[in-house]
Amino acid sequence: MGNLMAWIDARFPATKMWNEHLAEYYAPKNFNFWYFFGSLALMVLVIQIISGIFLTMHYKPDGAMAFASVEYIMRDVPYGWLIRYIHSTGATAFFVVVYLHMLRGLMYGSYKKPRELIWLFGMFIYLALMAEAFMGYLLPWGQMSYWGAQVIISLFSAIPVIGDDLTLWIRGDFVIGDATLNRFFALHVIALPFVLVFLVVAHILALHEVGSNNPDGVEIKKIKDANGIPLDGIPFHPYYSVKDIVGVVVFLFFFAAVLFYAPDGGGYMLEYANFIASDPLKTPEHIAPVWYFTPFYAILRAVPDKLMGVGAMGGAIVVLFFLPWIDRCKTKSIRYRSGLFKANLIMFCVSFVVLGWLAMQPVTETITFMSRLFSILYFAYFVVLFVTSKNENTKPVPDRVTS
Amino acid sequence: MSTNNVDTKRRRFLVNSTSVVAAVGAGFVAVPFLSSWMPSERAKNAGAPVEVDISKLEEGRMMIVEWQSKPVWIVKRSAKTLADLVSLDSTLRDPSSENIDQQPEYAQNENRSIKPEISVLVGICTHLGCSPTFRPEIGPADLGADWIGGFFCPCHSSKFDLAGRVYQGVPAPTNLVVPPHQYLSDNIIVIGEDGEAA
Repeated sequence: MGNLMAWIDARFPATKMWNEHLAEYYAPKNFNFWYFFGSLALMVLVIQIISGIFLTMHYKPDGAMAFASVEYIMRDVPYGWLIRYIHSTGATAFFVVVYLHMLRGLMYGSYKKPRELIWLFGMFIYLALMAEAFMGYLLPWGQMSYWGAQVIISLFSAIPVIGDDLTLWIRGDFVIGDATLNRFFALHVIALPFVLVFLVVAHILALHEVGSNNPDGVEIKKIKDANGIPLDGIPFHPYYSVKDIVGVVVFLFFFAAVLFYAPDGGGYMLEYANFIASDPLKTPEHIAPVWYFTPFYAILRAVPDKLMGVGAMGGAIVVLFFLPWIDRCKTKSIRYRSGLFKANLIMFCVSFVVLGWLAMQPVTETITFMSRLFSILYFAYFVVLFVTSKNENTKPVPDRVTS
Repeated sequence: MSTNNVDTKRRRFLVNSTSVVAAVGAGFVAVPFLSSWMPSERAKNAGAPVEVDISKLEEGRMMIVEWQSKPVWIVKRSAKTLADLVSLDSTLRDPSSENIDQQPEYAQNENRSIKPEISVLVGICTHLGCSPTFRPEIGPADLGADWIGGFFCPCHSSKFDLAGRVYQGVPAPTNLVVPPHQYLSDNIIVIGEDGEAA
């Protein structure tokens, strides 16, 4: 066995990579609950890739056959229903863990120097994930698929001068049709998964280069023992690999519960209108995006101007990219930051959730007013953070991690 | 490798010129791939003009026909509706159809139509492409007492009057599109074709 490994290591850096990224990657010893979601996101990616590959074996990316082929998967393919529900539940699970993973970053300042690139790679993963989810939602070719895509593609028509030609180019036809479906299928199953995997690798390589942040926001590499190992660090494997397995098991309880008892998520994960085949002549009475896009959709709906509305919606995502430079406070963790920062972050989370709820309601004057109010509060987070973070009233940060 | 006797200027020139040529090459390679996303010849040839018989269309009613896979609405308006439309002018973005992209020249009039009572519109919201709902009733609860009939988009609540003119304070930027169309006879409309004399 030893001889075999030596033979391989002379030709491929197997042991070297194992040590660098697992057995001798020293992570802070004070990781808490919030640190499950990175590894969970990786696992969901694997679930999506495997279930997705099997779905492509039965699905037909053709305007005339797509809707029926999904029904065929659901009714006639052995365990087809299970594989499809794994994939659709996986999409929701992906956004749940990614949103919690991002919130962890906001709380503990994980986007700050020297981890700006980890944050940027992460944001690009989030963008790619939104594109992936959006294109995947067109494939069942139901009413929501069709009109949702119509709305999202039309967003590009708000761009001055080139807007109309750009939407024509994206659709490949004068309306959404077979051409659009076919290319979205190609992007969904080949192009974007490649991009996602590449970005995930870059995200992890950047993380392992600078080392993980932790709930105290202390740099563990500053204090090392005689062997150059951080005093507050423990090897990722076996300590955190085992810890993460506990997270995986608990996560899979919830995943299986949704999968078997509420695979349509009460209409929020698989919308009822999507069980009707697409009809280019009739928009469903009430159209709302899948839950994970709703906060941004609420911002779009809140603005009574096409270009400004699309701009505000895009801005709500773009502004996140700049977070490492908007937050000018040197203290990383929320544990040692001011009460104002805590209140601001809570307000931001509340706005995000309330906006998400508002987007699912039919438009009334109250809903529009609330959408405007909470859209402003969403952006206020960044303004307040930028203005107050430079001279923030922080508590002293310990040299070593606590508990 | 020895760095002695290296002509760095010459080396830099070669590196730069090769990079530029490669970048131009990459640009040329991109053209066919990007162009392949434009509508195919088959897609361009679809969408031929459609003939519609409107003899059965009653006053105050709407019929929907498909043209280029888009819904096209044909509404027959009463004389009272046409008179009422004028009163809306101050609440509309573009009451006199000054945006010339939204209708052919022969429909750039106060009713946005060839025959005053017959309105022909592409039923796609100019905001984000949903198909608005026909709401002919007067003063319904959800649209307010001032509503005298028109189109309401369920997606983002844009409002249009019965000539497809957009109200102020809604997300849609422009009036609904009037497609090219002409009358072959009193009751036969061809959608997708301009008339010779217009």
